[in-house]
Amino acid sequence: MSNSEMNKPILTVDKVTKVFKVGNFRSQASLHASDDITFNINESEIVALVGESGSGKSTIARILAGIYKPTQGSITFEGKAFGEIDKRTLRGRMPLVFQDPFSSINPVYRVGHGILRTLKLHRSDLSKEERVAAAVELLEKVGLTPGDEMLKRYPHELSGGQRQRLGFAQALASNPSLILADEPVSMLDVSIRIGLLNLMRDLRSKEKVSILYITHDLASARYVADRMIVLYAGKIVEEGPSEDVVATPRHPYTKLLMSTAPDPRLPYVELDNTGDLGEPPKVINPEPGCRFAPRCPLVMDKCRTTDPHLQEVSIKHNVSCFAVSQ
Amino acid sequence: MKSPVLQVRNLEVEYATAKGAAKAVDRVSFDLGVGEFLAIVGESGCGKSTLLFAIARLLSSPAEIVAGSVIFDGVDLMALDDEALRQIRARDISVVMQSAMNALNPTVSIREQLADTCKAHTDWDDAKILERSIEVLKMVSIDPVHLDSYAFQLSGGMRQRTMIAMALLLNPKLVIMDEPTSALDVVAQRSLMSQVQQLRKELGFSVIFVTHDMNVVSHFSDRLAVMYAGQIVEIGETREVFDRPKHPYTFGLMEAFPALIGESRELLGIPGNPPALVNKKPGCQFAPRCTLVQEICRQEEPPLVEEGHHGSRCFFSTDALKQGAR
Repeated sequence: MSNSEMNKPILTVDKVTKVFKVGNFRSQASLHASDDITFNINESEIVALVGESGSGKSTIARILAGIYKPTQGSITFEGKAFGEIDKRTLRGRMPLVFQDPFSSINPVYRVGHGILRTLKLHRSDLSKEERVAAAVELLEKVGLTPGDEMLKRYPHELSGGQRQRLGFAQALASNPSLILADEPVSMLDVSIRIGLLNLMRDLRSKEKVSILYITHDLASARYVADRMIVLYAGKIVEEGPSEDVVATPRHPYTKLLMSTAPDPRLPYVELDNTGDLGEPPKVINPEPGCRFAPRCPLVMDKCRTTDPHLQEVSIKHNVSCFAVSQ
Repeated sequence: MKSPVLQVRNLEVEYATAKGAAKAVDRVSFDLGVGEFLAIVGESGCGKSTLLFAIARLLSSPAEIVAGSVIFDGVDLMALDDEALRQIRARDISVVMQSAMNALNPTVSIREQLADTCKAHTDWDDAKILERSIEVLKMVSIDPVHLDSYAFQLSGGMRQRTMIAMALLLNPKLVIMDEPTSALDVVAQRSLMSQVQQLRKELGFSVIFVTHDMNVVSHFSDRLAVMYAGQIVEIGETREVFDRPKHPYTFGLMEAFPALIGESRELLGIPGNPPALVNKKPGCQFAPRCTLVQEICRQEEPPLVEEGHHGSRCFFSTDALKQGAR
């Protein structure tokens, strides 16, 4: 895959693998939470990581946030190797927005607390008055108006959607180039979600911030993301421009996700297997072979013995499946 | 409509708060036929869970049922004492709670939890209890080996299906479900919905299903009721409501989620927040957020007008809605 014609990637993840030791101290079992993950994110681009629970999407977010160290592979952010960036700079340039807006904000401090602190740590050039002015501006940028009044409120006075907007304001305070958003809308009501998704689109186009949007919802990924990466059991099974992936999903797993997504505008498709559609496996001491094989309708003998690799099926649209790329 | 198993008439529930009584359920009336699937959708705080709890008489202080009646199978539930209610619960009416993660006891095996329900409501011997436990687990496609599993050993989807198995132990006539799918991934969500549908057809129980995501029920429910600020603002056959929504709120909800197919366009959702339920303003509760609001809406409360079997609390017609929204 070449990116020469695109603008420069700000984040490059190269063959990153994270293995956890599981079981008691004598067991040598290892859980492959994410395996051989390679992707990049360009300037002012939203990339969606799509997958079910256990697909390894949060593991990738945690590696990028510096919470886990990758077992193998390398990460380059803003032209520097990951290990060379000091932690505060990394946190500032690549902050996190959390899933649960009810537990990620300290209830005993006013709304302004987190933002002002972030500004103090990351923008030491500002005076106290300038910090307050900057905080008001940030709150208004994410749609919490009037900013000066919002600054003085307590978190319990905000709704779930407003709290999540506050999460984005705090992330913006450190002047980031990339925001890691781990399921930022999944705890919110459907009617509130769209506002947050629009906010993410605005931040990309107006603030030129890139976002790694982690979700299990294909429709919202299509709505906000330029590109999407579909993960299954720790591996990338399909990636490409969002519209391409949704219009012509190639991997059987992407097709399964598409067919199970509830949409009243689509006709109801009776699935062959009405009961249990199966669940992603825990990848402990994996044998070679496609990890989707046990659930796959197109499975062939080869799939059970050989690892499939990503292959380009159309421009920048890659699929890891023998049945499709043949 | 088929003969009703449940008739709710002008039900009103209030929460005592420091600022006065908050009317969480406001004059709600509907019928539920034998074997019918009714979905109730609405945003957080619209009173949908309170309504369920009121129907099952599970509310406790500071919530209080202040008016109305709930007739289940010819019996007025409001008039029953605790012992009579205990007889009806689980046997005739069972409830599947929102978060199966917390609803199952983590310290007791699935076998014992299923047996608990049987022992409390029947005089079955151990052999009969085991036989029935295996039967209900098989109904929800869970291998009976999991009888000796603990909740933490099951995946989210399996826990939720265990809850449904537990609800079906005594062959209830009515199963009340409070957001059973909202903690699940799309694939697990879809298999759960198909399973509920299949069981309902086989066993003939009625379902009241509460959710904030109307997409989830779009292909499964017979009728759909939309709640706003404690009131039912629209009720009708599911397909009819999706195809020809009459209330601007329903229209807004449907415009609030991104699609997987068709043109990708910017969505606006519903601006603003739901109103406070204390000291409600006169007129239509949706007026402050409504794009089609007229003078009359702020003064008079629109009645729930039914045409055919499709009712709506709005002074204006569907055509006016479509013109206004586009």
